[in-house]
Amino acid sequence: MKEFLLLFRGTDTKPDYSPEQVQAQMQKWMDWVNGIAQNGKFNGGNPLFDTGVTITGTKKVVTDGPFMEGKEMLGGYISVSAENYDEAVAIAQNCPILDGETGSVEVREVRPV
Amino acid sequence: MNRSSEKIYILTDHLFRHEAGKMVAVLTRIFGLPNIELAEDIVQDAFAQALKEWTFKTPENPAAWLMMTAKNKAIDILRRERHKKNYEEESSYNSQYEYSSIPIIENLFMHNEIKDSQLRMIFACCHPSLAYADQIAFTLKICSGFSIDEIAAALLSNHETIKKRIQRAKKYISDKNLKFDIPEGNELKKRLDVVLHSVYLLFNEGYNSGNKSELIRKDLCEEAIRLGLMLTENEYINQPKCFALVALMALLSSRFESRLNTDGEIILLEEQDRSKWNTELINLGMYYLNKSSEGNEISDYHVEAAIVAEHSIAKNFNETNWTRILQLYDILTKINSSPVVLLNRAIVIGKLSGAEKAINEIDLIPDVTKFKKTNYLFSAVLGELYSQVKKNSEAKKFFEQSLSLTNSEAEKKLLRKKMSAVS
Repeated sequence: MKEFLLLFRGTDTKPDYSPEQVQAQMQKWMDWVNGIAQNGKFNGGNPLFDTGVTITGTKKVVTDGPFMEGKEMLGGYISVSAENYDEAVAIAQNCPILDGETGSVEVREVRPV
Repeated sequence: MNRSSEKIYILTDHLFRHEAGKMVAVLTRIFGLPNIELAEDIVQDAFAQALKEWTFKTPENPAAWLMMTAKNKAIDILRRERHKKNYEEESSYNSQYEYSSIPIIENLFMHNEIKDSQLRMIFACCHPSLAYADQIAFTLKICSGFSIDEIAAALLSNHETIKKRIQRAKKYISDKNLKFDIPEGNELKKRLDVVLHSVYLLFNEGYNSGNKSELIRKDLCEEAIRLGLMLTENEYINQPKCFALVALMALLSSRFESRLNTDGEIILLEEQDRSKWNTELINLGMYYLNKSSEGNEISDYHVEAAIVAEHSIAKNFNETNWTRILQLYDILTKINSSPVVLLNRAIVIGKLSGAEKAINEIDLIPDVTKFKKTNYLFSAVLGELYSQVKKNSEAKKFFEQSLSLTNSEAEKKLLRKKMSAVS
């Protein structure tokens, strides 16, 4: 079993979402993670704040704030166990972030050292 | 982050919607009615945060989490305001908001105070200066957490119309600087009547509307009952007529499942499968009908509920106590002698003394010629009565007229069926 990181970018919701829509979307996320957890493949994960700081180069230039457009913004990540990329991608394909035009999931295998 | 693999997280139905109503009410009490949009923004913000966090860690008590988050955001805003003001004028700090003391705000987020704020909000949304159509849209938006599109779908309207209604209502309560309170004494009596009427209209939008979606219609009925129950829970407000209205709505709702068949056709009371009636709602209705009699006031809700209850306790259609129901209609006409009430009374007379008699009664209703031409119910009932006395051509004429006056598909199906029986 290998470990994969699923990185979520962009968003799946609109600012004018109604409470019922928020709830429906929330339930989708919970069902998705529940499903992974029930198969014993969920290792953990966290959301990230929208704010941040970047330090660049030898001069250690510090830049404030989010670094990019909304669709490139890293919103959170989870770690899953999977046999191979195909399985990890199959899990990622059901991620609710993909309900949004700008939503994307990046799948990366963790290289054990 | 922890997540045991056994635990399944399911949110209770309408959790966010119901919490939205509570949160907006409490926040509006803190920031004042003119800042109701600030309250809505905070709620939206808290929901966005929930959406981000709960996937990874669902709170033990989601409702409490939402309230707590709303509270923290409110306190943040007040702290920022105080901070800014301190720079401007150190000596006299006066918040532009209703409340700015943290302990008071903590207190407003206590259970009883939340309920109190919700009631204040119902009274604000159902302010007598607003048209009923605006009241209903506004109540659904603010007290019930519906979005504009959801309201438009529920009320068979469109986005722009509903948006305008809500904006008009918001502007009114904010321009007039209305007090965010529960009226007292005589004022309460008057204002409560308006609130109850608005809640009942909301219920009827669900119960009688031509909306195709059963889910939406049921949703509106449940929402009206929820608002009605809220009124019964407060000892200053819970007058007998609040109980009577809840009783009426619960008893009517008990038949919700048996009113339409799988093809969306109306099943008449006579043919309804009474085993499908929701006994839980009947019991709830009977309980509140009983409570509504603790007083010397009789409202039309009392009598209407008593009439519906008569049907609820009849084992089958043939055992309906029409004599008792006619007595109730006689009482009702003294409180409310609207043409529709008189029409229903005539139907009951028909059950007791025959269709001929009922037709005569209908002809005695003031302005009946007008209603025959404009109200589908009148022509539908007359069509039915004429078909019972075998005057088929008359019956057909009325059914045809009725068909042209209703937009409801379910009603139309029923009318066509009746029409083919007399053709």
